[in-house]
Amino acid sequence: MALSELTRTAKTAPPVKQQPAGGRGPRARERWYAYGFLSPGIIGLTVFTLFPVGMAVVMSLHDWPIFGERSFLGFDNFRHLLAEDPTFLVSVRNTFVFTALFLPLNVLLSLALAFWIANCRGRQVFRVLFFIPTITPMVVSAVIWKMLYQPDGVFDHYLGSWFGIDAPNFLADPDTAMFAVVAMSVWQGIGYNLIVFSAAIDALPTSVLEAAEIDGARGLVKFLRVQLPLMSPAVFFVTTMTMITSMQVFTQTYILTKGGPGDSTVTMVQNVYENGFISRDLGVAAAGAWLLFAVILLITAVQFVGQKRWVHYEH
Amino acid sequence: MSTDSRATRATTARATARGARWTPRRVLSHVLLVLVTFLFLTPVLYAVATALKPAGETFANPPSLVGSSVRWQNFADVFDYLPFQRFIVNGLLVAVVGTLVVLAASSLGAYAFARLRWRGRDSLFLVFLATLMVPQEVLVVPMFILMQELGWVNSFQALVFPWAFTAFGTFLLRQFFRQIPHELQEAATLDGCSPLRTFRSVMLPIAKPALGVLAVFTFIAYWNSFLWPLIVVNDVHDLGTVPLGLSLFFGQNGNQWHLVMAASVISLVPTLLLLIALQKHLVKGIAATGLAGR
Repeated sequence: MALSELTRTAKTAPPVKQQPAGGRGPRARERWYAYGFLSPGIIGLTVFTLFPVGMAVVMSLHDWPIFGERSFLGFDNFRHLLAEDPTFLVSVRNTFVFTALFLPLNVLLSLALAFWIANCRGRQVFRVLFFIPTITPMVVSAVIWKMLYQPDGVFDHYLGSWFGIDAPNFLADPDTAMFAVVAMSVWQGIGYNLIVFSAAIDALPTSVLEAAEIDGARGLVKFLRVQLPLMSPAVFFVTTMTMITSMQVFTQTYILTKGGPGDSTVTMVQNVYENGFISRDLGVAAAGAWLLFAVILLITAVQFVGQKRWVHYEH
Repeated sequence: MSTDSRATRATTARATARGARWTPRRVLSHVLLVLVTFLFLTPVLYAVATALKPAGETFANPPSLVGSSVRWQNFADVFDYLPFQRFIVNGLLVAVVGTLVVLAASSLGAYAFARLRWRGRDSLFLVFLATLMVPQEVLVVPMFILMQELGWVNSFQALVFPWAFTAFGTFLLRQFFRQIPHELQEAATLDGCSPLRTFRSVMLPIAKPALGVLAVFTFIAYWNSFLWPLIVVNDVHDLGTVPLGLSLFFGQNGNQWHLVMAASVISLVPTLLLLIALQKHLVKGIAATGLAGR
């Protein structure tokens, strides 16, 4: 969903008319209906979201093994992660490297592809075809790419026979493993952003585009000066959401490399998972999850502040 | 923006794409696009090809799409190689029940937020929205403790309920309900419909497209989910879903590529069918439900 939309609609929702408390009649009846309608959602959200969030705070401040005694530690779990845990800082770096590669590649490629397809016949078909990897289970995509990346696999063979390149063992070489993960992720994730951009292109006001063409805007100028600014809310939405999801990368690295070779592709989520469910230290895992959340919040906040410079909303 | 003007725009845009003359450049652009699409889908096509090859021919040199024989038998062998029918049934059950719970809880809540008047509505809605920011990773650790306390570790309900009450569906449907003209609801009220009746007989039928989009994306999210099943399921033979089962068996017997690919291809089928069912509404669905950033 659009984050800007969230804040805007919340503000513009029609105000609730004041009414005497505890009254009877249709208004009171409506209120009780509202409580009834909301109860499944509220109970569910309280039990499965609000309560766990509170627990996550408490757990991050405790030594909390899966089985056994719990004890209060204060901020020691955070200190442990930042100062002692051998993989945490590496996982932060890897996650940033992944995002720094994945985000621009994904956004630029899906934007270019969206414009290309918009000018072609049968665009519905192309959009659906490019969407296939997005709805494919990530595990399946990763398993397929793992096969392609094997020594003597398809990539290895054609790099050799077409370009004469002696390909490395992509997933086992610390220099190439992260790039291999990024390539697979771009392939998997491009379809969703393509659809979002396509929707934005379809909604471009033809009157404005025609006026720009009459004024002589063509090709790149038209794209940079007219179309892109008109689409800037969609670009903002896509970069923000893609950033958030790419900071949470886990499944594809877990299947492709298990974080290896060495720890060259360990991500922050894998660090949380391993601290919690392999080392069975849930307190440290909770602390790691909060640090991840803090990083995501920080980057999102920067993006929201920055958007005022380049995102244009219709008013 | 009114629906009318949106419709005209769409038609104009389509007319330009269709009516443009077939200059050599335009033909070339189409040919290239078909080529790029084909290259893009190569991994999937290669997976299908490998699923039909005899054992041991996955890394034949040079790579070929067709092996020495076409073995449909692989698709049957998968079910001996790993308890795959179990994974499929589990995955479908989890996804279907989860989707139904999500649809019920979020449509009811969305209606109360969109169309009923009660005090505290807007503040409570903000609480709902705030929960959207919390990433799954933060919830996963305490959720496991909650499952321990409830005695739900390694259970069917643990795969369904923890993620069925996110505020996302409620938000999405609220946006949709708010576009429905007030007159319809007032007419129903004048005819003596209770809010429940109005909800069931007026709102839900109109909201079918939005419910459909939500259902499809919820189903896919359940069917594809990996991290949570990995954490909460101990007995993969009994409770494994498709991604979990596939990954564990893949790790143990990684050399049986033809069978792993056959399993992968089978697990693509439900999501592909949903995509085909949804294809006409894919762009509009994502745009209309407010997902496109406007």
